[in-house]
Amino acid sequence: MIEMQDVWKTYPDGTQALRGINVKINPHEFVYVVGPSGSGKSTFMKLIYREERPTKGQLFVNGFNLEKLKQRKIPFVRRNIGVVFQDFKLLPKMTVYENVAFAMEVIEAPKRVIKKRVPEVLELVRLKDKASSYPNQLSGGEQQRVAIARAIVNNPAVIIADEPTGNLDPDTSWEIMRLLEEINFRGATVVMATHNKEIVNTMRKRVIAIERGVIARDEARGEYGYED
Amino acid sequence: MKISTLVRHVREGARNVVRNGWMTFASISAISISLFILGIFLLLALNVNYLASQIESQVEIRVYLELNTPQEQIAAVQNEIAALPDVSRVRFVSKEEGLNMMREKLGEDGKELLEGFDGDNNPLYDSYTVEVRDPYLVGQVAEQIKALNNGKNPPPIYKVSYGKGTVEALFKVTKVVRNIGLVFVVLLSLTAMFLISNTIKLTILARRKEIGIMKLVGATNSFIRWPFFIEGALLGLIGSAIPVIALLYGYSQLVAYTRLELGLMLIELIPVEQLVAVVTGLLTGIGLMIGVWGSLMSVRKYLRV
Repeated sequence: MIEMQDVWKTYPDGTQALRGINVKINPHEFVYVVGPSGSGKSTFMKLIYREERPTKGQLFVNGFNLEKLKQRKIPFVRRNIGVVFQDFKLLPKMTVYENVAFAMEVIEAPKRVIKKRVPEVLELVRLKDKASSYPNQLSGGEQQRVAIARAIVNNPAVIIADEPTGNLDPDTSWEIMRLLEEINFRGATVVMATHNKEIVNTMRKRVIAIERGVIARDEARGEYGYED
Repeated sequence: MKISTLVRHVREGARNVVRNGWMTFASISAISISLFILGIFLLLALNVNYLASQIESQVEIRVYLELNTPQEQIAAVQNEIAALPDVSRVRFVSKEEGLNMMREKLGEDGKELLEGFDGDNNPLYDSYTVEVRDPYLVGQVAEQIKALNNGKNPPPIYKVSYGKGTVEALFKVTKVVRNIGLVFVVLLSLTAMFLISNTIKLTILARRKEIGIMKLVGATNSFIRWPFFIEGALLGLIGSAIPVIALLYGYSQLVAYTRLELGLMLIELIPVEQLVAVVTGLLTGIGLMIGVWGSLMSVRKYLRV
């Protein structure tokens, strides 16, 4: 599903973000990616949805070899990956409904399919009554649920969540986690970078710890392992 | 691309026009103002051209005959003029004919002005209209005609006129005005393009984040580009409709107000009906081009996410 073979990433300014990563994430897995700030966590996530390219090494996602992927093929890889960010990244001039529908319009889904599917997903994240609100009228937790709805609306095989609870209070964070767990339960692979010790230690999953650009730990049902 | 996707792009483009209120306003203003100025120069250039050709075709010599010249002599003078080598045509215009022609030219407005000049009150002279093979030869030929008076008693020719000096000066002026007009139209088009592409660049800069998000969700470049393309086209269309309407209306008023005065000088402005197609077509075309080009150029930069 996701496989990295000796992946290195050096930024143009000389920063070595990743130094020889070898990892394999199987379908239906739920994986936390943890590590101190600046350890290479974010770069690790960005490589998967192809915002960055590795300097060296092989990288496969959903059967695509991202190393050999042509620029104009990138959108098609991303359509099979749902992304959720700390800052939500919603389109500010679109309503909740339109934000979610946008992801389906992009893949040219038939209109009647969009009309049927979007309310379903909004129901799942319990935002059906906010369908015609704009992002700035919603709370942080609500905005993140819209982002999750958008990420899953096309039934992608992989969900990438980069600190999805980073801006949320504990109660709201748990709500988001339950949603992600349910999505994982329904079959999607979830890769989530996080700083939230409580979540990692409570909702036990596979933990990959990255420190100074290398994998320091990779444990099934692992612990957070850092003092905040 | 599916039809439903195209419909979506059009809807989205139109919606952006509405949603980006101030930016839309700024873009449309820039297009309108530029095209308005451009249009003024276009009208000016076309009219100068038109006037120049009118005046050129009107360069003819008028030979006024003394009052009470006998019929035989009138015919004799006509033959003599026609025999001159550079004369292409001679036409006798009786004073009654002259009056009628002037009436026709001035139309409704002249009715009052020319009232009471019929019959014996006609202030005009019998005359010949002499056309010359080449407008530049008028001066020379006029002298030759004047010389026909020599040795005749009484001399039949009262006056020979061709607007000495003015004709020559006019040829120079029309040439200069045409060239300046052309240069201005080109310069203004470039300025307008620059202005508009900058304005649209600003609106897109404001939407840089949005484009990034669209790409993360898996939108292709063309999917992102289309609504901008439609938006640019709409901005161009609206931005050119305003000056087109304003210019055509203003121009039709100008034609109406100046008609009488210009008519007395036997010239006219281009009738507005003849300009509708050119002005509309050209300004709308330029507006569309600038709008589309501006938006596509500016979006290109932010597509590499």
